[in-house]
Amino acid sequence: MDEHRTAGPAPAEVAGDDRILHELVTHLRNERPALRQEWARRITDASLLSVMTQSEVFSEVTAAYDNYVSALETGSVETLQTYARDLSERIIPRGVDTDEVLGIVLLLRDVLARSLFVRYQDDREMLDRVLDAYEPAANRIAVTVGVSFVQERERVIREQQVAIQELSTPVLQVRERLLILPIIGMLDSDRARQLTEQLLGAIQSHRARVVVIDITGVATIDVTVANHLVQTVEASRLMGASAIITGLSSRIAQTLVDLGVDLSMMRTVGDLQGGLEEAERLLGHRPAEAEDVAREPVGG
Amino acid sequence: MRVAVLRQGDYLIASIQSDLTDSEVVALRELLLERVGRFRCRGVIVDVAALDVIDSFVARALASIATTARLRGADTVVVGIRPDVAIAMVHFDIDLHPLRAALDLDEGLAALDTLTGGSRDAR
Repeated sequence: MDEHRTAGPAPAEVAGDDRILHELVTHLRNERPALRQEWARRITDASLLSVMTQSEVFSEVTAAYDNYVSALETGSVETLQTYARDLSERIIPRGVDTDEVLGIVLLLRDVLARSLFVRYQDDREMLDRVLDAYEPAANRIAVTVGVSFVQERERVIREQQVAIQELSTPVLQVRERLLILPIIGMLDSDRARQLTEQLLGAIQSHRARVVVIDITGVATIDVTVANHLVQTVEASRLMGASAIITGLSSRIAQTLVDLGVDLSMMRTVGDLQGGLEEAERLLGHRPAEAEDVAREPVGG
Repeated sequence: MRVAVLRQGDYLIASIQSDLTDSEVVALRELLLERVGRFRCRGVIVDVAALDVIDSFVARALASIATTARLRGADTVVVGIRPDVAIAMVHFDIDLHPLRAALDLDEGLAALDTLTGGSRDAR
């Protein structure tokens, strides 16, 4: 707004700016069909919005044009902001990028400015004053649209992060007092901490006595995360639940030993199946007799 | 002291009602050890469900209650540690191995039965 005022030649002429703005808006309204067409053509020429069909682009262009002109007229960007958010919400899932959105807005700015040049080319002084009124408003609109788009995208990203976090650590009850926590993908400190909290909460609500933490799906592990795992096991124990770790890959096992992580407190079993059998034993459910017999000679 | 110590068969149940000062924690340990001897207890349950915070001093004291009670012939189970308290406790640089834990009083009694092979009267 300040920029707008200082752009005016003298305070006395500030009142005149409104008149000029009005004339400018009237001009843009009169030329609407032609300018809209020109804008849509230049969008296509620049191969922007390639994910949308021609008719979609045209209807979007119409709505955007009207919003743009009314934002110029009123100086209020709120309606435009809402429109830009709404538009972003629709086009972000289709893979429209920030540079495309900014490119489109700047194209409209140029198309309109070009039309103003043509309209006032014979009156140099008038052209100056019209541009003084037009430029700051147009720039503010460009900034508003760009910011709205980025904010909307950040909102989507935040939502997805929350969704991913919830999905990434399911705590499953297999039977009474027995939980499984399958961990898949990258484990970093944040996720390990979140995982611990979720697991302990589940131990409390399910009254679990044994939890099987399966890390078959974890490719690598570092010292920090390994220590987190040890702490998770220890915290589970303090809540009265024994933890069994299963699915340590040979690579992770070697890494842990090379790193010197103390795993003596951890109860580890080769695979998930073995982990569940061990869990059943801890819970006092005897596995099938035949299996016991088969195991005897090996153990003895 | 804000601790209720009850005797239940061969077991002592110490229920901590609110945060304890360091000297009260030390006094609790003495009291429990004395009772273990006097009543020939074979199990001790320390219920900390009422505690929002367990600091390193209390955590160490709980571990030492477990170790010393074992020397006098009783197994100790701490019950009612909350999730956030558990997370805090594992970050202390304290050896918590002597400490056995269970979710709540019921589980604690069941754990003691397993550890001691059931109450003496029942045998």
